[in-house]
Amino acid sequence: MSEYFHSVTLDFEKCKGCTNCIKKCPMEAIRVHDGKATIMQERCIDCGECIRCCPNHAKTAVTDTLDILSEYKYRIALPAPSFFGQFKELENADCVLHGLLSIGFDDVFEVALAAEIVGFLVHQYIKDNKVKKPVFSSACPAVLRLMQIKFPDLLEQIAPILTPMEVAARLAKEEAVRKTGIDYEDIGAFFISPCPAKVTEMRNPMTTKHSAVNGVIGVQLIYKDIIKYIIKEKTQKDPSRLQKATKLGMAWGYVTGESKNVDASTTLAVSGIHNVISLLEEIERGELKNVDFIELQACIGGCVGGPLNIHNLFVGRVRLRELIKKCGSKPSYYTDEELLRFYTQGHYASTEPVQPKAIMHLDEDMSKAIQKMERLDQITNELPGLDCGACGSPSCRALAEDIIRGIAFETDCVIKLREKVKTLAEEILDLARIVPPVMADTSKKTGEK
Amino acid sequence: MLNDSFRFTPHITLEFKIGEKDFFIAGESASRVKKTLQQLGMKQDIIKRTAIIIYEAAMNVAIHANHGTLKVYIDPEVISIITEDEGPGIPDIELAMKEGYSTASHEVREMGFGAGMGLPNIKQCSDELDIDTKVGVGTTLKAKICLNNKN
Repeated sequence: MSEYFHSVTLDFEKCKGCTNCIKKCPMEAIRVHDGKATIMQERCIDCGECIRCCPNHAKTAVTDTLDILSEYKYRIALPAPSFFGQFKELENADCVLHGLLSIGFDDVFEVALAAEIVGFLVHQYIKDNKVKKPVFSSACPAVLRLMQIKFPDLLEQIAPILTPMEVAARLAKEEAVRKTGIDYEDIGAFFISPCPAKVTEMRNPMTTKHSAVNGVIGVQLIYKDIIKYIIKEKTQKDPSRLQKATKLGMAWGYVTGESKNVDASTTLAVSGIHNVISLLEEIERGELKNVDFIELQACIGGCVGGPLNIHNLFVGRVRLRELIKKCGSKPSYYTDEELLRFYTQGHYASTEPVQPKAIMHLDEDMSKAIQKMERLDQITNELPGLDCGACGSPSCRALAEDIIRGIAFETDCVIKLREKVKTLAEEILDLARIVPPVMADTSKKTGEK
Repeated sequence: MLNDSFRFTPHITLEFKIGEKDFFIAGESASRVKKTLQQLGMKQDIIKRTAIIIYEAAMNVAIHANHGTLKVYIDPEVISIITEDEGPGIPDIELAMKEGYSTASHEVREMGFGAGMGLPNIKQCSDELDIDTKVGVGTTLKAKICLNNKN
């Protein structure tokens, strides 16, 4: 696998070369060159901001399709908590879970159920250890990738617990082995995802060596089939109960759900990648040391705001909330003893620390880097400062960086180009006015009269 | 030594103006400098210390002085952070260096600033710290971080 796999990719045909995406990307990772956008692979964190803002739908998320199911003997669907917010007037989660069984899955395991375990593990981790505060949630892979690049100093404060998706895959497969006797390798676990970053996370996981998830399928690929099933199901009798998750886990579908579940004495929940960045900048300077836990979500509204979801995030959130209300308060599927056992066994603790990624360097040699920075400042000052994006870089400063890195030219700036053309035109005019000595200068004569 | 080789050492200077009660410039300048240092490939610890000094020093100017400037000078050996302000000055530096001591106004404290951690924080983060202050005139703060420290 290449060093930089990304789910977020460009549909070359659809891209019209406009500059919407370059301005919205929080990592300044997109450039428009030769009429098409290109994503700088090493900078992309798969947050999906460009998917949301592209008017031509030229940014897409590559996910697995249902074809992948045929590679496994026993197939388990792992629906994200936010998935249930995509359907209107659900009486309970069961009809969606049965819907998944109807389209080719042999079993279902709610990620919401695994989320409850993760919530408990993080709670215990904060309670039992003298950890540096605030502790950050590890659930959003786009946020973790952001921190690798922009906030390497805060990486050690990420809760060392696997994501609900990962825990769900492991529990589901272990349970299936016990239930069916089929080999672990022949059992496939497939995350039903609102999120492109989860695809990338499965291929190149940050907190474990190998992901137990075998495929990530975008919500939009199965949405229609599930809707059809639900409509048909309405006329049928009560389906058997499949739902095991309680409201605690289901609420992970929107922002604040996770921090409520973690239940530390002081928590904070933040959503939206730009909000996350500005908060982390403050924390990096030593703010909020007394907050126990901070839930960080790249998408506004949390996972219901995921770019692969069908419905507007507010619609998704209110529907999920309604469903949670209908579920009432039932006891947790796992007993307190079982949860404590998960904690002491440490099965769902991260095995790999999240590593920093130094990709911003101008040069490996400090003196040369400083020289380049001097030149960068100089070029920035000479540019018009309009940040118009017409050069294909997100801002004048970014264009200056691109010039230093050798991937752009000063004349890429339309204002600079216009100035150059103007100077050139004036020079041509001046030259045109010069009369060779052997010729009579008619303009002078008329002037004398 | 540094001054002798000044001409030949590549260096960058970043400058920011700080107005009275300008609480945003401290954060902005710290972020700007942080990005610059990341691009230069500085160590994480250096970046963090520099950002804290800039933030606290610029905040001190915004809170206590009439107006001032922040200059950050970077070369391959040292980062110097200098704030110069026109303002009340510091009557008792030793006292100001104590954690929790603050002369910030009630209004400023209500905003969550002025907890009396500024100068002690700066001192902790810098390798050299020099404060020149005249009561009723103003304060110049020079903090240095050496880049080739063995420890």
